[in-house]
Amino acid sequence: MEHYNMNLTLKVWKQKNCKTKGAFETYQVQNISSEMSFLEMFDILNERLIAEGKEPIAFDHDCREGICGTCSMFINGRAHGPWHQTTTCQLHMREYKDGDTIVVEPWRSHSFPVIKDLVVDRTAFDRIISAGGFISVNTGNAVDANAVLVPKDDADDSFAAASCIGCGACVAACPNASAMLFVSAKVSQLALLPQGRPEATTRALNMVKQMDQEGFGSCTNIGACEAECPKGISLENIARLNREYLGSVFTGKASS
Amino acid sequence: MALNSKIPNGSLEKKWTDYKSTCKLVNPSNKRQIEIIVVGTGLAGASAAAALGELGYKVKAFCYQDSPRRAHSIAAQGGINAAKNYQNDGDSTYRLFYDTIKGGDYRAREGNVYRLAEVSAAIIDQCVAQGVPFAREYGGVLSNRSFGGTQVQRTFYAAGQTGQQLLIGAYQALQRQVSLGTVTMYSRHEMLELVKIDGKARGIIARNLVTGELERHFGHAVLLCTGGYGNVFYLSTNAMGCNVTAAWKAHKQGAYFGNPCFTQIHPTCIPVSGDHQSKLTLMSESLRNDGRIWVSKVKADTRKPGDIPEEERDYYLERRYPAFGNLVPRDVASRAAKERCDAGYGVGASRQAVYLDFAFAINRYGKIEVHKQGLANADQGTIRKLGMEVVKEKYGNLFEMYEKITGEDPYQVPMRIYPAVHYTMGGLWVDYELATTVPNLYALGECNFSDHGANRLGASALMQGLADGYFVIPYTLGNAMADEIRNKPVPTDHPAFVEAEKLVQSRIDKLMGVNGTESVESFHKRLGKIMWDKCGMARNAEGLKEAITEIRALRQEFWNNVRIPGEVGEFNPELDKAGRVADFMELGELMCMDALNREESCGGHFREEYQTEEGEALRQDDKFMYVSAWEFKGESDFYMHKENLEYEVVHPSQRSYK
Ligand SMILES: Cc1cc2nc3c(=O)[nH]c(=O)nc-3n(C[C@H](O)[C@H](O)[C@H](O)COP(=O)(O)OP(=O)(O)OC[C@H]3O[C@@H](n4cnc5c(N)ncnc54)[C@H](O)[C@@H]3O)c2cc1C
Ligand code: SF4
Ligand code: FES
Repeated sequence: MEHYNMNLTLKVWKQKNCKTKGAFETYQVQNISSEMSFLEMFDILNERLIAEGKEPIAFDHDCREGICGTCSMFINGRAHGPWHQTTTCQLHMREYKDGDTIVVEPWRSHSFPVIKDLVVDRTAFDRIISAGGFISVNTGNAVDANAVLVPKDDADDSFAAASCIGCGACVAACPNASAMLFVSAKVSQLALLPQGRPEATTRALNMVKQMDQEGFGSCTNIGACEAECPKGISLENIARLNREYLGSVFTGKASS
Repeated sequence: MALNSKIPNGSLEKKWTDYKSTCKLVNPSNKRQIEIIVVGTGLAGASAAAALGELGYKVKAFCYQDSPRRAHSIAAQGGINAAKNYQNDGDSTYRLFYDTIKGGDYRAREGNVYRLAEVSAAIIDQCVAQGVPFAREYGGVLSNRSFGGTQVQRTFYAAGQTGQQLLIGAYQALQRQVSLGTVTMYSRHEMLELVKIDGKARGIIARNLVTGELERHFGHAVLLCTGGYGNVFYLSTNAMGCNVTAAWKAHKQGAYFGNPCFTQIHPTCIPVSGDHQSKLTLMSESLRNDGRIWVSKVKADTRKPGDIPEEERDYYLERRYPAFGNLVPRDVASRAAKERCDAGYGVGASRQAVYLDFAFAINRYGKIEVHKQGLANADQGTIRKLGMEVVKEKYGNLFEMYEKITGEDPYQVPMRIYPAVHYTMGGLWVDYELATTVPNLYALGECNFSDHGANRLGASALMQGLADGYFVIPYTLGNAMADEIRNKPVPTDHPAFVEAEKLVQSRIDKLMGVNGTESVESFHKRLGKIMWDKCGMARNAEGLKEAITEIRALRQEFWNNVRIPGEVGEFNPELDKAGRVADFMELGELMCMDALNREESCGGHFREEYQTEEGEALRQDDKFMYVSAWEFKGESDFYMHKENLEYEVVHPSQRSYK
């Protein structure tokens, strides 16, 4: 792989906090190596801003290996940037060439208020999990792990749903700011396992209710969420959620 | 103060059972009156907070990330050990115990390690009940794989995302308690001081990282589950925010620090690509199940790996350690890689790398598939294709991650890997009850020093974190809290809280007041370089002494010249980082002192002066069979207490993986 250096123009959203209005600010960055990650490019810019006595750009990040789901950047109109199934921290600069302009914004959704610059508040997701995204089993109650057999395909599908990193890209990508992909991934993970069946319908119901309360938009089957999800969470999960949800309507639990 | 590890009497197999049946209990209505602070929501913290909430305690949990689900446990890849013996390959509680003690190079406590092995099986049961989707076989049973330093298959896994799945399980259990009102969650909060009243831990001062406000929180007990301190090296496989701050503040308030120099350098990480490097990425140890490690037999070979014929390759781990081959423990594998690179056989542009090659595995799996599918005359292309599918199923996400970072396709060319800082065996000293030397202050998970001696075996940290949180602390905490039921919560206007908050405020003001010219990041990098060069994979007395001098000078420079932009009363990541780096600068010095004191090589601690003729670690059991537990006395002033290790069951010997 040939390495090269580049100069870029960045247009980055700056916003002091959730009460103030934000605006784009333009920065030039020089000598960016194609081997850097996108966030390392931001590190370089921030170091320079600090040296110049200016305020660095606030952005969220932690693991920098695509698994914690913290790094939320909307890059040139796409959640986590152009690479398929890739978080911002895993995006590398060899994607870009000398002279490119890159526009970076925070996730935009009423349910994810901006804290500062590119940092948003995603605690709505935690509240949705609290509403029912679990199996009600206290520590110490478990039977032997192999006592209940789980067909490999179910376990694999459950795992695929469980690999959601809670990043919120699905919400950011959706024109309605719907959180259906996130919610359906959790509902599916648990509904696919025998251990999760007893609560499957109430779980779906309670999580959807909380999702609505948080002000996320409704799902109109656009599919932008799946296309932009860094973990390839499938739309099939939404279909499964709808089945579980309808199940709860038929059993009358929905009105309780 | 004399150290008492409080290991129960009796035979190894009965210690924990006896403890559980005789420890004091707190009845349910009293538990509701007892408030517990849990700092950290990784595997250790989330499992502890959930389990204690279930028991009825009033829990407050804290983490610095925006959600408890993002603790760095999320990044653990390879798996979690448990002595289930599902493979019928001779595993048992004793064997897991023995492997862990031996893997730790005989620097861990028998009693603790046996308990860990004993509760391991229940962890898997618990996680499955919570809906953790572990990998399974076609028959529906759980699947296992091998990890380094063992000869059985006892590692449970969920592709290369085991930590993620376990943490999500614990996080869900935690959120369930949040909904039931037993746990209150404080995310984007950082603990900056421990509050002590009458010598006991009674609360913390935390900074709300969004508003910058300082908050006082009372707890009858405080549990630190704040993870490891590998970021003292700047570059490591840890997350950017991993820090020692909470543990360090506790240390300065009287909690002894155990074996600070015991650091694990992981052999298989993606090499550094340049000065811009901000962190290092692990390629899971599980890859050594199927990948073969090699370098060219020719020094500074410039050929492409594919052009180097078989007979000119040096599979140096298989050559040096035929019994364990590519699956030797981490410390051994890391040193062997360093040895080859130092000798001039490194590969890639930087020459600081070795190959991890999957061509053989792809071929072997391909042949098995061909056989299974009855394709008698399959050509090489078909074999490769089918083999690649098997490898993809096992390690697909790791291969993708490698390709995203390096731009190279590891299905076609061997991975380039090099050792990197990964885990810290050292940590707050705790006794059998996970209690530190400050009454009512506990340490769980990677934050404590307890179970891994001088080297941790792969897939044992996840096990330890969950053992501590789900199965140990619910008992040992009760034993102490039984004496607290008459003690009402202390109002947070108590002078101790006021004082502690003032201390934190003045430290922040001091940091902001320096107004120098150099960024926090730059200081962190400089500290990391000293640590890596002189207190890293190989250490010697001279280098360590130099490091201590250099760190002191750097610390002074930091306090005179650091520049922190922004304001105190707002979201300010540079300020958060400054506090953490300031603590790392103090810890770094202690690590070097500990490494200097320990005149032997054991596990991850390799003193160049103490090695065998073949370059293996040479322990000095007669002089150093102890845990060094350091007491903070003042700046650059630490006093070492010794906890002698007694081996009643296992007989320490020169560790051999040949
Ligand atoms: C890349 C990688 C791969 C790994 N793979 C494996 C594996 O396959 N198997 C295995 O057994 N082990 C593995 N390990 C090791 C293992 O993951 C960790 O040792 C373990 O997860 C640590 O868990 P913990 O709960 O102690 O800490 P963490 O998960 O690190 O959690 C620390 C918590 O403390 C909080 N915190 C820290 N400081 C503060 C503060 N001052 N104030 C408030 N909160 C604070 C954080 O917010 C976080 O919630 C791996 C480690 C890494 C880095
Ligand atoms: S479903 Fe995908 S995009 Fe949405 S939170 Fe989960 S991982 Fe992120
Ligand atoms: S920083 Fe963790 S996923 Fe990007």
